[in-house]
Amino acid sequence: MLAFVWLTVITALRVLGRNRLRAGLTMLGIIIGVGAVIAMVSIGEGAKQAVQKQIATMGTNVIMIWPSYMTIGGVRGAQGGAVTLTVTDALELKKRIPILSETGWLIRSTMQIVNGNRNWNGPVHGVSPSYVSIRDWSFSSGGSFTQTDMESAARVALLGQTVVENIFEPGEEPVGAIIRIKNVPFRVIGVLSPKGQSVQGSDQDDVVFIPFTTAERKVFGTLFLGSVGGVFVSTERTEDLADAAEQIRQVMRTRHRLQGEQPDDFTIRTQVEIGKVQEGTSETLTVMLMIIASVSLLVGGIGIMNILLVSVTERTREIGIRMAVGAKRFHILIQFLIEALTLSVVGGCIGILFGVLAARLTTVIAGWPTIISSDTVAVAFVFSVVVGLFFGLYPANKAARLNPIDALRYE
Amino acid sequence: MNPLIVGEDIWKVYRVGDVEVQALRGVSVTIEQGEFVAIMGSSGSGKSTLMNILGCLDQPTKGHYRLNGVEVGQLRPDQLAEIRNQQIGFVFQSFNLIPRTSALENAQLPLFYRGLSLKEQRTLASAALQRVGLKGREHHSPTQLSGGQQQRVAIARALVTAPSLLLADEPTGNLDTESSQDIMGILEGLNRDGMTVILVTHEVDIAAYASREIVVKDGQILSDRATKGRSQVVGA
Repeated sequence: MLAFVWLTVITALRVLGRNRLRAGLTMLGIIIGVGAVIAMVSIGEGAKQAVQKQIATMGTNVIMIWPSYMTIGGVRGAQGGAVTLTVTDALELKKRIPILSETGWLIRSTMQIVNGNRNWNGPVHGVSPSYVSIRDWSFSSGGSFTQTDMESAARVALLGQTVVENIFEPGEEPVGAIIRIKNVPFRVIGVLSPKGQSVQGSDQDDVVFIPFTTAERKVFGTLFLGSVGGVFVSTERTEDLADAAEQIRQVMRTRHRLQGEQPDDFTIRTQVEIGKVQEGTSETLTVMLMIIASVSLLVGGIGIMNILLVSVTERTREIGIRMAVGAKRFHILIQFLIEALTLSVVGGCIGILFGVLAARLTTVIAGWPTIISSDTVAVAFVFSVVVGLFFGLYPANKAARLNPIDALRYE
Repeated sequence: MNPLIVGEDIWKVYRVGDVEVQALRGVSVTIEQGEFVAIMGSSGSGKSTLMNILGCLDQPTKGHYRLNGVEVGQLRPDQLAEIRNQQIGFVFQSFNLIPRTSALENAQLPLFYRGLSLKEQRTLASAALQRVGLKGREHHSPTQLSGGQQQRVAIARALVTAPSLLLADEPTGNLDTESSQDIMGILEGLNRDGMTVILVTHEVDIAAYASREIVVKDGQILSDRATKGRSQVVGA
């Protein structure tokens, strides 16, 4: 049996080798189909991983709470337009919900930042020290401010990479320098490591952190002390995120005295939810790619079936001879199935090569990240085998059902 | 010893469109092992149909055909294939070699379907080619061989399985006189070594090689008689 299959494979290769052009054109459909799948999935996976990296820059197991719109006398204000979130809220959450491991808060504004004769207009965030650790910021030089800095409303600042590039000469050491924010002098105590783009596409490195208390008392001139622009909390375990979010909602509704049907005056987003939105987008993309790939594999399969039907007709007499000397239906069936499989598998392998090459070229030329996973390659290979089997079965069966006398007489 | 072939009242009826064609109409024939039989008849006489049935390529519509004691009429296609593989060797008028395939591989073909190892296939096929005088031409493809040589490859393919029955359908129909004599000489030799040979032909001088002559006409046996064999014919 093994000898039979092996010799049949050799025969198939020889038959296909005799008609190289025909075999090549037949395989083209499979080559393009498989190649397209590999290239597209690699690009898709690359994009997905890039997004996942962006999501990871938010921190680990983070829940964000933003003030929501408020309806006052039938008029809806803008999101975050009302002061509904306070430091007390943040502290209460921590106190009442044990699964929260850290709580941080921030207040945001855009201000003029000046160093010597250079200046930059950028976002300045007044934050609690815990905010820096929740967001997993690390430092390329210097370090973060402390609880003492916070309590004493110290004039210290942490600079993002973009701000450093814009107000310092190349090679100038920012740590220890004195800069002015809205004319208030600050000592730079740390430079943040770059995080790149956020999920929304903004530059996360274009930022200056100062202690929250310093911001509200000495720089921003906040109307209501203790109001915050956002609360960030984190949990120890990712599985706790959804549960924690629900508990936060309950605590916040109670604290804000919201009754039954009244809508929340805050918005809660977990890192997992944001990830899911992004995954949804890439899933839609994947489904579309799969449809395109199936269509091209289908077309390739029909090509194989077509050429095999031609081959069966051309070789009717040969089939008759084989049957006369004792080939059973099964032998003829296997012979043509193996020919179909050879076409689809060789086509599939060439397609894999082209797909990998195309993905590499995309990275080199367009600079898009691509990931070629062994899973993708394996699935593409299995698909080409299945296509060969499926579309080879009809012609092979047709050959096996020939009547030996008619086949022998066929001209 | 039981006869090799027992045919009892064999009928073969085809339907071509609305017309019923009775190719064989009650043929009864018994052939012993080791006989050299010529089946003669003009085209359309039913001799090819008879040969297809005797060769297990076809089955009778009515009647019985027993080959080596096995009733062939009721077998399934795959069982027929197995009988052809084990017991019958075919030689056709148009050689019917597989194109672009070497003489050796053509001769190997029945053994390939028997499931022998490649080594056994090669050994037996080489021996068969040697038997028909084609030693040294194992790797020639059919187009590189003359008609007579191609027919010899076909004979090698037929005898490689050591069948009990060799069926030759107009084996010299496409050959010149000299090659015809070669081929008939080989068949004669095989018969002398004990192989049953059935020869289908319409040429009298080819039929003269056989020791028994069956004439078929209109799907029936017209005459069935022993002949003297070739030695006397050549002498005459």
